Amino acid sequence: MAEIQHFTMNFGPQHPAAHGVLRLVLEMEGEVIKKADPHIGLLHRGTEKLAESKPYNQTIGYMDRLDYVSMMCNEHGYVLAIEKLLGVVPPLRAQYIRVMFDEITRILNHLMWLGAHGLDIGAMTIFLYCFREREDLMDCYEAVSGTRMHATYYRPGGVYRDLPDRMPRYQPSKWHSEKDVQRLNEARGGTLLDFIEAFTDRFPGCVDQYETLLTDNRIWKQRTVNIGVVSPERAMQLGFSGPMLRGSGVAWDLRKKQPYEVYADMDFDIPVGKTGDCYDRYLVRVEELRQSNRIIRQCIRWLRDNSGPVMLDDYKLVPPNRVDMKEDMEALIHHFKLFTEGYSLPAGESYAAIEHPKGEFGVYLVSDGANKPYRVKVRAAGFAHLSSMNEMVEGHMLADVVAVIGTQDIVFGEIDR
Amino acid sequence: MNDRYETLAARIEARFEGVLRRLPSLCDELGFELDRSQLLEVCRALRDESGFEFEMLMDLCGIDYLEYGNREWETNEATETGFSRGVSREVILPDSDERFDPERFAVVYHLLSLSNNLRLRLRVFTGSDNPPLVPSVVDIWNSASWYEREAFDLYGILFDGHPDLRRILTDYGFIGHPFRKDFPLIGNVEVRYDAEQGRVVYQPVTIEPRTLVPKVIRDDNLNDPDLND
Repeated sequence: MAEIQHFTMNFGPQHPAAHGVLRLVLEMEGEVIKKADPHIGLLHRGTEKLAESKPYNQTIGYMDRLDYVSMMCNEHGYVLAIEKLLGVVPPLRAQYIRVMFDEITRILNHLMWLGAHGLDIGAMTIFLYCFREREDLMDCYEAVSGTRMHATYYRPGGVYRDLPDRMPRYQPSKWHSEKDVQRLNEARGGTLLDFIEAFTDRFPGCVDQYETLLTDNRIWKQRTVNIGVVSPERAMQLGFSGPMLRGSGVAWDLRKKQPYEVYADMDFDIPVGKTGDCYDRYLVRVEELRQSNRIIRQCIRWLRDNSGPVMLDDYKLVPPNRVDMKEDMEALIHHFKLFTEGYSLPAGESYAAIEHPKGEFGVYLVSDGANKPYRVKVRAAGFAHLSSMNEMVEGHMLADVVAVIGTQDIVFGEIDR
Repeated sequence: MNDRYETLAARIEARFEGVLRRLPSLCDELGFELDRSQLLEVCRALRDESGFEFEMLMDLCGIDYLEYGNREWETNEATETGFSRGVSREVILPDSDERFDPERFAVVYHLLSLSNNLRLRLRVFTGSDNPPLVPSVVDIWNSASWYEREAFDLYGILFDGHPDLRRILTDYGFIGHPFRKDFPLIGNVEVRYDAEQGRVVYQPVTIEPRTLVPKVIRDDNLNDPDLND
């Protein structure tokens, strides 16, 4: 029998476990990976270059499309960079709304990750469970911004509008009978906050369900324990952040260490892993689901008790409301100028980083004093994580590559930009 | 700026006197500019010496300062076809021999110290070399590897000492460096399926370049306190 040499295998870009358009060129010795060379850029849209040709506000929508499973967090990073350079601080209520939606987004992201990661390595059921809860949170997005995914809800100076007083309800149709509709509308009788609160009451039980399926599951452990181990020193060298860094035992969370918005007033814990393998990162993310739930509940309590503006009252930055425009010439002029020319930022640079569900999401903004950014650089967490692919899979089996891709929580929208 | 950053700034200025020049900042961020010849030495010291301990390189990116501070759509006289729209279609030659303005390309590093909870920005100009060249920091922070590949791909900046400097984001066989300011936003080529040849072919781009919102820099900048009324 002929001796088997190293051979090269192409993985993706159309492989369902490649989480989008990852092309991996694997050098293998039998079933064992010798070298992995990820080819990225198949989803490169030049977001940063496009941003250079548009007024600042028109780029917020592009940010949603970067990491398209944690939309509002991307907006948050970009909006913070603008606010930092302008030197404005949004009203307190807007800050609470942002924190609440950041955490809703974190749950959305981690549910997507948990479902897809489970599906990749053989746990089918979890996917459906996760999408059940995602559906409710998507409805929150829709209620507040009018769209389920690409919200464009955060604006420099606050958020687009206040939380709605009424949650949209299902209507009977040929797909939903009266009885179905009644059941679906049960939690939708009150305001958006009531709906979210009902969700947070229910959600810890759902997380318990997921954990029943996975945490002690023998197959799950065989597939994740001691796979893709990263030491804390290597994690720092490789530029890891977020759950990838915490999974390796480094207690670093920007919400605690460099708090933005009202995170300094929030009470929550940072889960930290021990061994830095896929299983630890799984445990860290599941615990983050529970902690996010806690933060959301604190925000709901505050938002119920306190009302106020959600946007700055500065027509040089924020368009005036429609009613004013009917009567006030100045308001009309401001509106016209904002929507034709936009606002200018002072010449300078800023770097704003937030704790995105995937890690540190940073936006580096260079302005030359114009109404468009001179340079926008998006620091996406997944980019640094994926660059460590070779190191993480070397010596593992082919099937473990899928587990490592899953554990890195790869989304190509943000990696390719 | 808070005290911890002032302390860091003072310590850096004492340690690297004459090597690092402080960059002005509007939003309390600490940044320094340095010569590329001293980059590696400074970076190594910033990573290893106690008091700095910048264990992580969070971000590395290129910048092209070619059009910094230039307004679009600046015309003084109208013609019978109206104002020019501040756009021109030029074919960009990817490898010309001309030397660059030494202040054209820069590489910006964002460092983070977990032990001291501090951030730091470094900026290095590439000088007038064509192609622009800076030493690679891969050996100091391994995370630089893909960031440097990206800066090479998008700006054509070469990193001396990088083990595997290939294109990363653009298509296989792409020509040019798309984030340079003289590279058109619409690109130079487009692809379409050719039924006769039965394959996808490249052709010169057919989109008309257009500036939708011109870039405006006002002299009475609202944000300039000296000019504020």
